[in-house]
Amino acid sequence: MGENKVKVLIGKPGLDGHDRGAKVVARALRDAGFEVVYTGLHQTPEQIVATAIQEDVDVIGVSSLAGAHMYLFPRILELLKEQGAEDIPVFGGGIIPDDEIDSLKKAGIKAIFTPGSPVRATVDWIRENLGK
Amino acid sequence: MSGERTVDRTDERRQAWEDLYAKAVKKYPERLPQFTTLSNEPIKKLYTPEDLAGFSYQDELGFPGEYPYTRGVQPTMYRGRLWTMRQFAGLGGAEETNARFHYLMEHGETGLSTAFDMPTLMGYDSDSPMARGEVGKCGVAIDTLADMEILFDRIPMDQVTTSMTINPPAAILLAMYVAVAEKQGVGRDKIGGTIQNDMLKEFIAQKTFMLPPEPSMRIIVDTVEYCTKEVPRWNTISISGYHIREAGSTAAQELAFTLADGIGYVQACIDRGLDVDDFAPRLSFFFNAHLDFFEEIAKYRAARRIWARVMKNRFKAKDPRSMMLRFHTQTAGCSLTAQQPYNNVVRTACEGLSAVLGGTQSLHTNSLDEVLSLPTEHAVTIALRTQQIIGEEIGVTNTIDPLAGSYFVESLTNRMEELALEYINKIDDMGGIVKAIELGYPQKEIADAAYTYQKQIDDGEKTVVGVNKYQMDDSLPIELLRIDEVVEKRQLQRLQKFKEDRDSAKVQNCLQEIEAASKNGENLMPHLLEAVKSYVSLQEICDTWRRVFGRYTDPGMF
Repeated sequence: MGENKVKVLIGKPGLDGHDRGAKVVARALRDAGFEVVYTGLHQTPEQIVATAIQEDVDVIGVSSLAGAHMYLFPRILELLKEQGAEDIPVFGGGIIPDDEIDSLKKAGIKAIFTPGSPVRATVDWIRENLGK
Repeated sequence: MSGERTVDRTDERRQAWEDLYAKAVKKYPERLPQFTTLSNEPIKKLYTPEDLAGFSYQDELGFPGEYPYTRGVQPTMYRGRLWTMRQFAGLGGAEETNARFHYLMEHGETGLSTAFDMPTLMGYDSDSPMARGEVGKCGVAIDTLADMEILFDRIPMDQVTTSMTINPPAAILLAMYVAVAEKQGVGRDKIGGTIQNDMLKEFIAQKTFMLPPEPSMRIIVDTVEYCTKEVPRWNTISISGYHIREAGSTAAQELAFTLADGIGYVQACIDRGLDVDDFAPRLSFFFNAHLDFFEEIAKYRAARRIWARVMKNRFKAKDPRSMMLRFHTQTAGCSLTAQQPYNNVVRTACEGLSAVLGGTQSLHTNSLDEVLSLPTEHAVTIALRTQQIIGEEIGVTNTIDPLAGSYFVESLTNRMEELALEYINKIDDMGGIVKAIELGYPQKEIADAAYTYQKQIDDGEKTVVGVNKYQMDDSLPIELLRIDEVVEKRQLQRLQKFKEDRDSAKVQNCLQEIEAASKNGENLMPHLLEAVKSYVSLQEICDTWRRVFGRYTDPGMF
């Protein structure tokens, strides 16, 4: 552990205020031994990417439950690329219909966790994909 | 009562039954290691008169429409008139939402309820960079009076009451509603409806905030003061537990924090110099109907009793209407599952039934697809029909408060009251709800409860059908509503045109007056009314406030 801890940024992009899921996931990741940075609500994609780079995180998780994910999530990928930080994987969570999950994955979002996913699924996914 | 014997543990028959039970359980163990409500309140195997020792019908229940209103706020309840069936609607632009309003009214809905999109809720116009990707997505976009005129086109505002779920810019939307009604020839003394206008629960739970708590409270008190004199049929604050519960609280926390918020508003209005009986009758409440049937019914009944006593004893109200807790209910969005979504119809029916048995004044039943998107017309029709079946087919509305006197329901009602009062006393000790919020106390309690609940689901301690038990590989596909990208384009064009066409000197003048009133403490409402009539936009007013009062940002605790 210690220096090898995976560092995760949990972000809430956009104006959506539903933070129950993001906070539960943040806490579960911390309890699972990850280092967690939570941005708080109402962040622009620019702010999330700036925080991710500044905090030097290994992975970014973003949550949206107000329908703006099709703009916000790809925008974050675009900004990461512009900053030369496209190696930071991004996963998402929230209310996202199946066909939009496909589009988001095609756009480069690595995984999407929808309502009903156990938080363990997120923990396991990070361990499998970012095991240090 | 002749022949009735005390039933306690020393009673022979009780002892015999206990023995019988113990024997049976030895052979066939109980299903669960412990039985609790959804909120983890322990539930006993049996409730008897022993649980209600010393219970006074007159003091604890009284008659319907009579203090302390435990049995309901009206003497006739649903024998007179059913609750208002009020489905929350808002999608895309004002045109689409207006069409949905007309559809719902044609199908028997009796009151309107407006959902706004995120930019409107947060005080941004559709052309703000903050609004990108969010225009019309989870409700209707309203930037100026022009949008509001379309939203209420051909809606008779003297006959229909409208609820608007709006918080930081609530005063502005109220001003727009008054202005549209006046254009229809309906005076402000004739309109009825509700603005949510409850910022305290925003800081606690829903997180749609703009200004810090103190100026937020000041603007709320401005609306209460103005409506008390000018818009007498308007419900000025809808003190909301719904979002507290959706954020993951327990039932008791929902009850306690909501009533604590109510106490905060009443105190703030009294501090302004208002007489409690002038404004308190127009305060209303909004609760969640979650899955635990009896716990929810107990919550509503306890809410009425606590509020009546608080208003009478703490705030010295004399008008009975000040003591009556009237409430709207919405079934729990967070109880719906994306998996096997048709099961949501059943969950919603049970939740709606608990609200009715708890004596609600109005009800929104969720549509089966709301866990996936805004509801389609088909889904919202089933949701409305669910209410009509509860009201007109299954007989539960024939008598008033049918569960009163149940040993279990009365015990649980007492327990809910006890738990809520513990929280309320604790908040009083902290110096009131605004202080408690600044300390992050209710926020922390809710986050802890949400985390506990999620762990219980992940560990299978609590069952969610279709999610952690009885799963199926593929669900039936359902049709989903999508918001056309055209909405954002059309909205931007309309806004641009209005900004070009209006009298910009007048706009500047209105904004200066709002700024001055914001600073000197004068009631803002007359200035807002003047501004919206001059097509000053929502964001222009909110930007002025943000400049004068500063912004509130999320402390980001988890």
